[in-house]
Amino acid sequence: MTMKRMFAVLAVAAALAGCSSVKLDDVPVEDKSGTAVAPPGAGGAGGGQSSVAPVVTDTAAGSLAGPANVSRIIYFDYDSNAIKPEYQAAIEAHARFLKAANGRRVSIEGHTDERGGREYNLALGQRRSEAVRRALGLLGVPDSQIEAVSFGKEKPAAPGSDEASWAQNRRAEIVYR
Amino acid sequence: MVGLLGATAALPALAQFRVEVTGVGLTQLPIAIAPFRGDAAAPQKIAAIVQADLERSGQFRAIDAAGAALDESSRPDMAPWRQKTADSLAVGSVTRLADGRWDVRFRLWDVVRGQDLGGQSYAVTAADLRLAAHRIADFIYEKLTGDKGIFSTRLAYVTKAANRYNLWVADSDGENAQSALASAEPIISPAWSVSGAQIAYVSFESRKPVVYVHDVSTGRRRLIANFRGSNSAPAWSPDGRTLAVTLSRDGGSQLYTIDANGGEPRRLTQSAGIDTEPVYSPDGRSIYFVSDRGGAPQIYRMAAAGGTPERVTFTGAYNISPAVSPDGRWLAYISRVNGVFKLYLMELGGGGTATAITDTTADESPSFAPNGRLIVYATRQNGREALMTTTLDGKIKARLAGQGGDIREPDWGPFQK
Repeated sequence: MTMKRMFAVLAVAAALAGCSSVKLDDVPVEDKSGTAVAPPGAGGAGGGQSSVAPVVTDTAAGSLAGPANVSRIIYFDYDSNAIKPEYQAAIEAHARFLKAANGRRVSIEGHTDERGGREYNLALGQRRSEAVRRALGLLGVPDSQIEAVSFGKEKPAAPGSDEASWAQNRRAEIVYR
Repeated sequence: MVGLLGATAALPALAQFRVEVTGVGLTQLPIAIAPFRGDAAAPQKIAAIVQADLERSGQFRAIDAAGAALDESSRPDMAPWRQKTADSLAVGSVTRLADGRWDVRFRLWDVVRGQDLGGQSYAVTAADLRLAAHRIADFIYEKLTGDKGIFSTRLAYVTKAANRYNLWVADSDGENAQSALASAEPIISPAWSVSGAQIAYVSFESRKPVVYVHDVSTGRRRLIANFRGSNSAPAWSPDGRTLAVTLSRDGGSQLYTIDANGGEPRRLTQSAGIDTEPVYSPDGRSIYFVSDRGGAPQIYRMAAAGGTPERVTFTGAYNISPAVSPDGRWLAYISRVNGVFKLYLMELGGGGTATAITDTTADESPSFAPNGRLIVYATRQNGREALMTTTLDGKIKARLAGQGGDIREPDWGPFQK
């Protein structure tokens, strides 16, 4: 399912002229002339020339139902995108479900722990989601039903900064759309 | 939705910043900034903003000027200022005009020679009083150092508070933040366009990373990269026509370029590893990026049109997030050494010696000021994410620390036209 995006835009009057700059040497110091600007309060932040129009995004939906009683989360070791044998049964169950319901699509969301840069972790999380995509593909799920994406370190499942939390955060989630 | 908008409009008060200068530079110009006549009645304290700007640059030392009753039309007696060892003196006034705007005037004096170094006046709305103060700091900075000032430029950064994400546009001192984007999903990697009118960034609002270009004054935005898989790490070419991005549409994370108006991406790298975090060199001829093609993330450089990359960083096993100074001389990046992440600076073409310039352990996302004299970066202090600026020698640091949650992903905007 594709969520329709809605953007709420606060219209802000464009205050183009603002900070007129005049060399004091060129004008009498008593002169109060200046370029016309928008009246105070015209814009969201008071009508300055540096005003910013805020945008608020809509929120996307969570996962729809997948196969019953099958975990949607696969955990990974540190610095690894190898799928451990204990997750093979779950991956097979998702593959069976997807092949039977061939209109259904899944998004595989890769995640990392918090250590390191945001963009580099995004790429590491992508490796994890693509590893799960490949595993599903090997079991016969058409590529058109799977999208592998990454959240990097942006959406930890556990908030702590210890190995127990990190282990919960190194994961790929199978999300039904 | 309407409720959310109301909340957003009220948010800027959350992003109050404090400047904490630590460390002492070697050569600092002593300057006295007298209280501006009318400062007490104005909504912004002009003299204090100017002084904080100049101090944060690391190139000025403020001389106490409390109690001085001077303005731009005064002929100040230089003797007491010489006695206080001030080399320069800034004086001025701020006056409310009949139409509600504010008239800000100032004059700069050479104390040693007793010479008038010029002045300016600005008629501004209350919302632009801080901008007028930053322009005064720019004038003083340029007059006395010969370099262009960056105080009237803007920063973009992201906050996370109570699981809400905000992309802010703020003054160069971190204050006066205005929300450009509020979202329940993460926002990362903001990158100012060359003109300073737009910001490219990665938003996860559709439950995947997608690259937008967002016009900050109107709020209009365009989807630039929303291909199958992940779309991230936007970087503007210096001519503003092209964005380099990281896409996983063909499997793996690889570099592509896209026309700034959108269109079909062109693949730049062909590696089995991760290629990401592209940045253009200031002359537009090269792209620096991060790749783990050698087994661990290192910084590489290649021609902007693609081609064989050459490795740039050789020390350490984890070097990411390159930023090139506007003059092309310096490379700032984050290096992991003994499990901690620090901001490093390396002279390009200078034999590759890199120096850590912070004493923090979770540094991220360096970005140069447009005059190349300061770097803004994200770090952790006392368990919270914070933004810092540092001089290139690491001697003067200022914390731009907010109270409204974790602050991250700074990007320093260009000179304002």
